[in-house]
Amino acid sequence: MLDTVVPFATELEAARSQMAFTLGFHIVLASLGVGFPAIMLIANYRGLRHDDPVALLLARRWSKVVAITFAVGAVTGTVLSFEFGLLWPEFTSTFGDVFGVLFAMEGIFFFLEAIFVAIYIFGWKRLSPWTHFWSGVPIVICGIGGAFSVVAVNSWMNQPQGFTMSGGEVTDVDPLKVIFNPAVPYEVPHMILAAYLVSGFLVASVYAVGMLRGRRDRYHRLGLLIPLTFAAIVTPIQFAVGDTAARAIAEDQPIKFAAMECVQKTATHVPEYLGGRCTSEGVKGGIKIPGLDSWLVGFSTDTKVIRLDTVAPDDQPPAKTLLHWAFDAMVGICTLLIGLGLWLGIAWWRKRDIPKSKWFLRATALSGVAAVVALECGWIVTEVGRQPWVVYEIMRTKDAVTGASGVWVTFSIVLVLYTLLGVTTVVTLRVMAHRWREADAEEEAGVPYGPAGEPPPTLPEGAT
Amino acid sequence: MSSADAVAGVLWVGVTFYTVFGGADFGAGFWSLVAGRGERGRRARELADWAIGPVWEANHVWLIFVLVVLWTGFSEAFGSIFSTLFIPLSLAALGIVLRGSGFAFQRTARTEKGRHLAARLFGLSSLLTPFFMGTVVGAIASGRVPVGNAEGDPVTSWLNAVSLVIGALFVATCAYLAAVFLVSDARRARAADLERYFTARALGAALAAGALAVAGILVLNADAEYVYDRLTQEGLPLVIVSGLCGLGALVLLRRGSARGARPLAVGAVVAVVWGWGVAQFPYLLPEKLDIADAAAPDATLTGVLIVFGVAVVLVVPAIVLLFTLAQRSVIEETEAPRATPPGGEITRLG
Repeated sequence: MLDTVVPFATELEAARSQMAFTLGFHIVLASLGVGFPAIMLIANYRGLRHDDPVALLLARRWSKVVAITFAVGAVTGTVLSFEFGLLWPEFTSTFGDVFGVLFAMEGIFFFLEAIFVAIYIFGWKRLSPWTHFWSGVPIVICGIGGAFSVVAVNSWMNQPQGFTMSGGEVTDVDPLKVIFNPAVPYEVPHMILAAYLVSGFLVASVYAVGMLRGRRDRYHRLGLLIPLTFAAIVTPIQFAVGDTAARAIAEDQPIKFAAMECVQKTATHVPEYLGGRCTSEGVKGGIKIPGLDSWLVGFSTDTKVIRLDTVAPDDQPPAKTLLHWAFDAMVGICTLLIGLGLWLGIAWWRKRDIPKSKWFLRATALSGVAAVVALECGWIVTEVGRQPWVVYEIMRTKDAVTGASGVWVTFSIVLVLYTLLGVTTVVTLRVMAHRWREADAEEEAGVPYGPAGEPPPTLPEGAT
Repeated sequence: MSSADAVAGVLWVGVTFYTVFGGADFGAGFWSLVAGRGERGRRARELADWAIGPVWEANHVWLIFVLVVLWTGFSEAFGSIFSTLFIPLSLAALGIVLRGSGFAFQRTARTEKGRHLAARLFGLSSLLTPFFMGTVVGAIASGRVPVGNAEGDPVTSWLNAVSLVIGALFVATCAYLAAVFLVSDARRARAADLERYFTARALGAALAAGALAVAGILVLNADAEYVYDRLTQEGLPLVIVSGLCGLGALVLLRRGSARGARPLAVGAVVAVVWGWGVAQFPYLLPEKLDIADAAAPDATLTGVLIVFGVAVVLVVPAIVLLFTLAQRSVIEETEAPRATPPGGEITRLG
């Protein structure tokens, strides 16, 4: 009865919305958890190696931001592990024993990460400088390992293998085949690089905004330069990896690829459309580039691209226009970000300086948000493109969902709570930045852990 | 012992660690909540925050560990528990979100009011989360979780005498552990007033937990025959050990020997956890699903055991390192609450 009142037709819709929302939220924090510590350690290394107090100050302040994003990410990650049971008990009941070992591995990485994050964040005062630096290195390694484990599970959902089923139950498992499933070689690096890219542009964008407001000291220049250089190196690699991934998907999950490009007829010389609307007659509107889709898939316009209706409508992904747009947006943003990196590279090569133009700072200021949009778009392509399957061509999402009712209630609560959480996180980071500007290098505001020895200086009314 | 039993043992090790370390963290939140607004309350809260600050994130990971081992080793039990107990587990998850964010933001919020709100959220969710987890344990122990997707009653499965008593017992146990730990932490911070403060609370919490444990056995007798029978037979030695440890800890606390009280308090809790394990054996869901039936294929079980072995080699030394550094106060961002001056007056920090 309640289902007629609330906008969700079924518990399934509510469960999918909740999963999409919580994962879409967590993926930003998880990316920062993987990428930001690497950037922080680069600054730390520079500070120690070149006796650079500004770099050291940046590293120290960044570690406090890492502390917050890690704490919030740990919470949103825990929610996801609850959701494996709360939302998708049939999926986990049936296949938990197949993909679970990967999560067990992830558990180790996360554990070590939590331990070393604590040692690094709390060790600034009393550990010796280089010991302290090395205590941060495991964070970076564990971030990569954790990302591998989690994304390998998603790869497995796209390319399931390594198990035998009889009567709806898994009777045999080959863990190595599960861990190294065919989608791992392209999906895992794509996600790890995405995490680096997002972290780099996000951090750089903060300092770009500061410089646009006239704070052009060395602190801000270095705060922009370290993460932006990092991101500028990663972005072209990401473009190449993503290109490989798209070709592999055309091979491994042709229907997902057909939906991304809205290919309605199996053919050669398939054109590439930028934008447009996906209809049953193909793309309406948008910019058409003849033969490019075929060429991208097989380096020849003669390459055949499988069409969508080779499978029943029930087996096609929903929201094809969304998929098509998400894919185009991701590729488009990545292209622009490569351009931004080149701009920096050329200026540095010619003048050993960041570009003087205000437009460069404006572009960098936007790059953080753009990178996050690209990240979300990529995630939409992977997840919505796999529908209606939770385990590709083996289990449908609708067969995985919980039999409990009330998911729309939890989704509503989650929606409100996460919105508050997101706003609080951003506001807190802004307040910290404000305090740092006010305070001397010595008098820093408290970390999110533990009591501050002194209460942080209260802001004058209307200061922010 | 089959590899399924070994994985169940690994699961129980995780449950034990989460109960002790996660439980003590929940308890610290509980004491923050009830500490009140005055100067003494503020110092007590500060000590609790200072003590758990560097370790709470790592302690929290034990929960993830338990969930992952459960769904990997015994996926059917996981799916059955999480679908039938959708409501209390959703509430526990909600509590974890509020607790984590409350703790992260209580020091950084913009205004005093904001900080206060974050601290309240942290305290309140530290109380509710273990309570709902306790109701889940009660539901499982009393055989109210059948096999299948949401096959059990969504409400009465966890709203019943056993669940409510065990929920309360969880809260009391967390408070007890935390108070005993905080007595030692107060000594480490050389704050004699707080040492007395938490000694009194540890004694109170010990009596509450003991009374609830007795009540728990009574309701189990009435409503959870299988677990009760096994608890009073095979599990009896562990129940006795728990009682003796609890009494010993009481005596040592009264004598002001926090050092000896700590392992005894931990022993009392660990004995109860394993007593519950022995009482359920060989069932994961009493009389409905046993370990062998729920167990994953052999290769998966071997995988879990290998990962656990690696974890012992890598994670245990790291945890020991973290705890050692924290106990020696090598890693701390800020100062502990100041010791009480000779006059017994309480100084303001800063």
